[in-house]
Amino acid sequence: MRLSPSAFFARLGFSALAALIGAFFALPLIWFLFAPFNARAELGLALPNPFTLANFAQVIQNGFAMRGLLNSLIQAVGGVVLVGIAATLAAYALSRSSLPGKGAVTYVLLLFSSVVSGSAAMVPIFLIISAVGLIDTHLAVILVFAGGLLPTAMFILRDFIDSIPRSYEESAMVAGASPVQAFFDVALPVIRPGIVVVVVWAFVNVWGSFLIPFILLRSDELMPASVAIYSFYSEAGTPIVTLLAAYALLYSLPVVALYLFVSWKFGFRFFGGIKA
Amino acid sequence: MKRFSLLSNRAGALFLTPGALLVGVFVIIPFFWVIFVSFTNRTLLGRTAVNPDFVGLANYLALFDPTSFFVRGQFGFSLILTIQFVIFSALLGQALLGLLLAWLSQSIPPALKSATQTAVIAAWILPEVVIGFAWFAFLDYDNGTLNMILRGLGLPGADWLLEHPFWVIVVFNTWRGAAFSMMLFTSALASIPPSYFEAANVAGASSWQKFRDIALPLIRGHVVTDLILITMWTFNVFTPFLLTNGGPSYRTELLSIYTYRIAFRDFEFGKGAAVGVVIMLINLAFALVYLRLGRQKKQGAGA
Repeated sequence: MRLSPSAFFARLGFSALAALIGAFFALPLIWFLFAPFNARAELGLALPNPFTLANFAQVIQNGFAMRGLLNSLIQAVGGVVLVGIAATLAAYALSRSSLPGKGAVTYVLLLFSSVVSGSAAMVPIFLIISAVGLIDTHLAVILVFAGGLLPTAMFILRDFIDSIPRSYEESAMVAGASPVQAFFDVALPVIRPGIVVVVVWAFVNVWGSFLIPFILLRSDELMPASVAIYSFYSEAGTPIVTLLAAYALLYSLPVVALYLFVSWKFGFRFFGGIKA
Repeated sequence: MKRFSLLSNRAGALFLTPGALLVGVFVIIPFFWVIFVSFTNRTLLGRTAVNPDFVGLANYLALFDPTSFFVRGQFGFSLILTIQFVIFSALLGQALLGLLLAWLSQSIPPALKSATQTAVIAAWILPEVVIGFAWFAFLDYDNGTLNMILRGLGLPGADWLLEHPFWVIVVFNTWRGAAFSMMLFTSALASIPPSYFEAANVAGASSWQKFRDIALPLIRGHVVTDLILITMWTFNVFTPFLLTNGGPSYRTELLSIYTYRIAFRDFEFGKGAAVGVVIMLINLAFALVYLRLGRQKKQGAGA
């Protein structure tokens, strides 16, 4: 297709503008691609000179930092398992049963989940966790995240299940399956892509979070990476840039990998609906 | 047509139980508990930690005390700061930039489009502490990338975090959250039949005319949804704490950060809970608007 000169220049202008905006978004992150590999990293942007992997070696030898990644993993996996199971079961019930008051329950849930935000609820959540004696445990972080992420996870999955034809389970039941069998053997495999999206979304949310573990945990051995990263500050409060950058890169890798996985599998439009 | 339900009421109730328990304990009980605590003088330590007194509206009166309301580090200052933060970083920053990106990406080369989208989405998905540190390095006075570029262009650099802390967190939050608006508007624009634009092309319409007269009226519903959602999220966001700690001297202390300081640094749970209640009331107003719009949309679609 041939473009008229004015359309050509319009397109050129658009491209330049898009490139400029793209640069604005990329610039604060480019530093992270170089600094972890730089033996003499500063806060400034510089090509690694000399190039080294020693920063990573040093971070990996740091027991506290590695422990932090493990703790993040424990908390994220624990939260994800709870959210995944509870949300799937609840979403299926909301979609396929005819429980009285289903609509009202959904409405109230939606309302509460948007009103009770982390910043509003940090005091009562701390008090509840204290009251049941779970302060300073992995379980506290896992449960709080499970409760907080569940409503959104349930709505994503309910919409997903609503879009699946009921005839799948109906024909299984005509063939003699019980409703529970129809759920596990017929519906569950079909819902699986939806569960994958919810699980990835929940994982990224727990993995990246700072405030909840920061409030609920006290001992160093339990801190997730988001809090443990502050061990790479000297006593004077200045960051040890080389190690911090290397650790931040390691800590970010799972999130990037999961993002690539989801966008490869489902395309990026799926992300539109899934951040709380 | 009457459909038989695939799940009996008993099985349905059983399926709902784990979720209901978790949401009940960690979402619904906190809602009522925070209201209750806000009428007490509960603290973390000391006698009032175990046996808090009922103090009536004292916490609320302290928050809305007219003599100190607007003073930096007080509730009113944080509230107004947060409103400004929402207007500039969410409504103007994220929404406009997201809309611009979605519109531009329709007519730029695919390689540039995916590179730009990747950068925007990376800013959104990376863990918040990593982002906080990236910006700390980016804004460093002596070596930071931003000042390096400015000096390279012959412009003076600045100690951004000290001199313009509010504008730093505004730009920071715009940067952090624009991806959501971009994705929402991209899929909204993709749902417009291409023939509409082709007809406008034949008539020789400019890009701006096509945007104003065709696209914008058609995606108006999405724009409203986007504005409400990003307003609610931005209103409750805590991430700027990781960049500025609320400082210097309370100049970036958003409501969420103020709550955190009152409750977990000064250990005044009662007063912190009162702030939480005010935040919930504001959230409630937005949520009701949002739910009402959702209902209208559903009814419209069903008709």
